Amino acid sequence: MAEISGSTKEIKVIVFQLMDKEYAVGVDVVESIEKLISITRVPKIPSYIKGVINLRGVVTPIIDLRERFGMEVKAIDDTSRIIIVSLEEFEVGLIVDSANDVIDIPVNSIEPQPEVVGSIESEFISGVAKVDKRLLVMLNLEKVLDPVKRVTTDEI
Amino acid sequence: MDTNQYLEMFLEESKEHLQACNEQLLELEKNPDDLAIVNEIFRSAHTLKGMSATMGYEDIADLTHEMENVLDAIRNSKISVSTEILDIVFSAVDYLEEMVMDIEEGGTGKKDVQELVTALNRVETGQSAIVAPVMETAASTLAVEPLKRDTSALHYDDYELTVIGQSQEQGFHAYEISVTLREDCLLKAARVFMVFEILEKSGEIVKTKPSVEHLENEDFDEVFTIVLISKEEASSLEAKVMKVSEVDQVDIHPVMDASLTTGQLPAEPEAVSVATTAKETGKEIAVPQKGRRATNAHNANKTIRVNIDRLDILMNLFEELVIDRGRLKSIASELHNPDLNETVERMIRVSGDLQNIILNMRMIPVETVFNRFPKMVRQLARDLEKKINLEIIGAETELDRTVIDEIGDPLVHLIRNALDHGIESPAERLAKGKREEGTVTLRAYHSGNHVFIELEDDGAGINKERVLQEALARGVVTEEIAAKLTDRQIAELVMASGFSTAEKITDVSGRGVGLDVVKSTIESLGGHITIDSKEGQGSLFQVQLPLTLSIISVMLVNLDKDIYAIPLSSIIETAIIQTSDILNAHNQKVIDFRGSIVPLVNLKGIFEMDGAREKEEFQSVVIVRKGERMAGLVVDSFIGQQEIVLKSLGNYLQNVFAISGATILGNGQVALIVDCNALIK
Repeated sequence: MAEISGSTKEIKVIVFQLMDKEYAVGVDVVESIEKLISITRVPKIPSYIKGVINLRGVVTPIIDLRERFGMEVKAIDDTSRIIIVSLEEFEVGLIVDSANDVIDIPVNSIEPQPEVVGSIESEFISGVAKVDKRLLVMLNLEKVLDPVKRVTTDEI
Repeated sequence: MDTNQYLEMFLEESKEHLQACNEQLLELEKNPDDLAIVNEIFRSAHTLKGMSATMGYEDIADLTHEMENVLDAIRNSKISVSTEILDIVFSAVDYLEEMVMDIEEGGTGKKDVQELVTALNRVETGQSAIVAPVMETAASTLAVEPLKRDTSALHYDDYELTVIGQSQEQGFHAYEISVTLREDCLLKAARVFMVFEILEKSGEIVKTKPSVEHLENEDFDEVFTIVLISKEEASSLEAKVMKVSEVDQVDIHPVMDASLTTGQLPAEPEAVSVATTAKETGKEIAVPQKGRRATNAHNANKTIRVNIDRLDILMNLFEELVIDRGRLKSIASELHNPDLNETVERMIRVSGDLQNIILNMRMIPVETVFNRFPKMVRQLARDLEKKINLEIIGAETELDRTVIDEIGDPLVHLIRNALDHGIESPAERLAKGKREEGTVTLRAYHSGNHVFIELEDDGAGINKERVLQEALARGVVTEEIAAKLTDRQIAELVMASGFSTAEKITDVSGRGVGLDVVKSTIESLGGHITIDSKEGQGSLFQVQLPLTLSIISVMLVNLDKDIYAIPLSSIIETAIIQTSDILNAHNQKVIDFRGSIVPLVNLKGIFEMDGAREKEEFQSVVIVRKGERMAGLVVDSFIGQQEIVLKSLGNYLQNVFAISGATILGNGQVALIVDCNALIK
């Protein structure tokens, strides 16, 4: 792979939907994609953390990305999915409207300037990729997840 | 040679030997004349040297070699034990520990040991110049020994003579065992090892010829001689040794009289007199007994080493089983099939036994934590210029490994605190009419489902006036509250955050970040800590810990649609009370529970759930306690008692209020565990 020149270098991403926009995270951080299973509410935590689930014996916190991004809250339905992402220190699940695609996108199609995105704070976004007329918002997971951690600990 | 597969074993054993060195050195400091201790240390150091040289860690080998030389000089009475020498040996052990740690963390185990090597050299040679002529004889004997290897006569140094003499007095026999290996023997060292192993089971090996080192290197012909102290008959020993393959011949002669044998040595009257004086004073009476004890231990411990990771995996698998067991039980109770019920019952019983065994396997004695304290106390006492005697009681008390891993640091802190703030300086103690030497007692014992670890000192105790003033000044408590506090509560203020009463802040303890951390660590382990202190007489810190952290008994309760678990360890009892019995006191609902006023905590209110059932006639209340304080938790209904597996909420959700963790129920749902300690202020 190292031999391939920069113009054709690609990364694999998982594409999911929130509202009418498409977002992407790298497959390397995604552990699995789950259908919604029953969530246990945890008291006194920010409302975008929906609670915890039993993910094959591991208690995993679940975040509603819509709420995290300040979007209109949508009731969970059959197309909703939980994307389990694994960061260095922890695993969390992200509730998204639907997740149905794994695609390769050329690295050079990712543009760093997220001007097109209005509703999400730009700090959550690491770039925007344009692939076959689709616009994919690349999420910066560290940013999406890190402040949450700080809020929960500060609150106490 | 590929040594990787042995690395783990090497690390394990090195640590054990270093620990043994540490313990024995401390022992030696107390009894500087006990040469048996020196011998123990020597043995550990020697093994360590051999292992590290094999593994290619030259620096460790070099340093242990020098250490050995010093120890050898001590046991041959060339130099006498002094604090200075011990300090150097201690620092050598420290260095060795660091190097072993380095190797464990993937380093090379290299370290500049030159300085210490020189220091050790100086100790060994510098002082031997001053010693009496006796020692010269001893030295020359040593030098001569390799040359005389072929002669059959053995000569013994003072130490060996003493040991032999003593053991004969105690009814042991001393034998010279000459073992002849077959000429075509290929693995001589292995055979020697086997012979040693057999003999070590029957007694104590005092001496070998050629030396162990030579034997290990196969640096001998077919014959080697071992001097053994044993209670067994010569014939049975002979039979045992003959069982080793490739052994051609075994000759056993009793060492009739140790002092007679020395006659073969050139000019050794002084050595004999040394031996006899030692005999008379009976200083070394412990020697043969010690050997016997070690032998017994050797026989009793039929153990295998299992990697802790494997035990953890076993535990994890068992936890899965516990969850399924719960599920099976609930399915069976729905189906009402007698055969199924019977099978499930049986399975629950068997898995209950299994659970006990697995939990027991993970139990390790607190000794593993305690054993580093004597050295630490020694060092601290010197730094603080105090005289302190550390007594350890109940080091064999067992605790779950998960608890052991966490308890070390808090205890270090408590001990530092006791040494620094508790025990007074020798002058002060004398002025108060106490013994100059302060005593710190570390005690561990089981009680019910808990383990108690207590740290008691006979120092100054907690000055309540000063604590109170300090607490007020720092805003830890208000005047109103302060007026109502009991003595114990005042003492426990020292564990509030941002508190330090030491007049001067020292390196050892006290920036006010100490005891509150101790307290929170212990509480996070599901335990609690109390302080009892009598001013002028000392303090007692008592830490109560759960036996295990992985599987606990809980009471499951309903709150709205959710199920919560309340640890049984904090529950006193459950009660159903009439709503009309609830009283109001300062905006706080309370009930009269068996004569005491217990505040009520509405869990639904705390957890911000709707639908408090205040309108109903009866309320379900779980009475919980934290130390001596109680509270009643109002819940919707009780479900029942169950064994659950404790799971953490993970790193993402840290510090969720009043929730200490989660568990997975039989139906696969997650239930949260209520942290009663957080609810009782």
